[in-house]
Amino acid sequence: MSLDQSFVGRSYPPTAPYQVGREKIREFATAIGAADPAHHDPVAARALGHPDVVAPPTFPIVLTMAANRQMIEDPALGIDYSRVVHGDQRFAYTRPVVAGDELVCVNAIEEITSRGGHEFVTTRTEVTTTAGEPVVTAWMKLVVRGEA
Amino acid sequence: MELPTQTFRVTRADLVRYAGASGDFNQIHWSDRFATKVGLPGVIAHGMFTMALVGRAVTTWAGAPDAVVDYGVRFTRPVVVPDDDEGTEIVVSAVVREVTETGLTRLDITATCHGDKVLSQARATVRTAA
Repeated sequence: MSLDQSFVGRSYPPTAPYQVGREKIREFATAIGAADPAHHDPVAARALGHPDVVAPPTFPIVLTMAANRQMIEDPALGIDYSRVVHGDQRFAYTRPVVAGDELVCVNAIEEITSRGGHEFVTTRTEVTTTAGEPVVTAWMKLVVRGEA
Repeated sequence: MELPTQTFRVTRADLVRYAGASGDFNQIHWSDRFATKVGLPGVIAHGMFTMALVGRAVTTWAGAPDAVVDYGVRFTRPVVVPDDDEGTEIVVSAVVREVTETGLTRLDITATCHGDKVLSQARATVRTAA
């Protein structure tokens, strides 16, 4: 199977807004052992100039991985998810995600390559507030393993 | 400049907690039966959990939870987490590659498990502490 190169550059409709909750940030921070008070205590976050608790750097994956299903499950693109491995992940932040953010993801397919019988799909997700303020850009490279 | 090495213990309980918090319920992260069926040695940590732990190391080095402006990794080797009380250990180190005039510090990061690199091209850019 070979993925259709014409999908490179294709973007998808914005996802439904994701409401970033204070308890979700606390839960995520606790799960990764991030004990800094700014992840848990709004007063500590405000002391750093943020309106509410600050999410750890990889928190946006909670939204972007879900948003990426738009592409992974796009029947026209035809990725076999049972063969997918997470290859690379990158985040470029305009500012940290904070509790109270209402975030929208816009997905695009940035690159499709193949090498050694495997295919590589790089997706880019622009995460903005519902007001259009940029927050973070996420890139995910998926490895679609070739059939042995 | 080399930054002080940081070590993170990872147990099955951590993977369960991370699955719940992140919403990633892929069975390779909790079922040995499923993991071995798809050719893995056993249950492996979420790559994003490893990336999160390394992110903790980065914010600790930066001295601020909100200092990271860019962070990327490549997952090169699975972190196998045995079903016992000890689990496994991820060792994270970094060198400062560059300090820019605009107040940014670029780090090249190494993360290993049992001496094997589990990430490559792991890089972070943080705002330099004032």
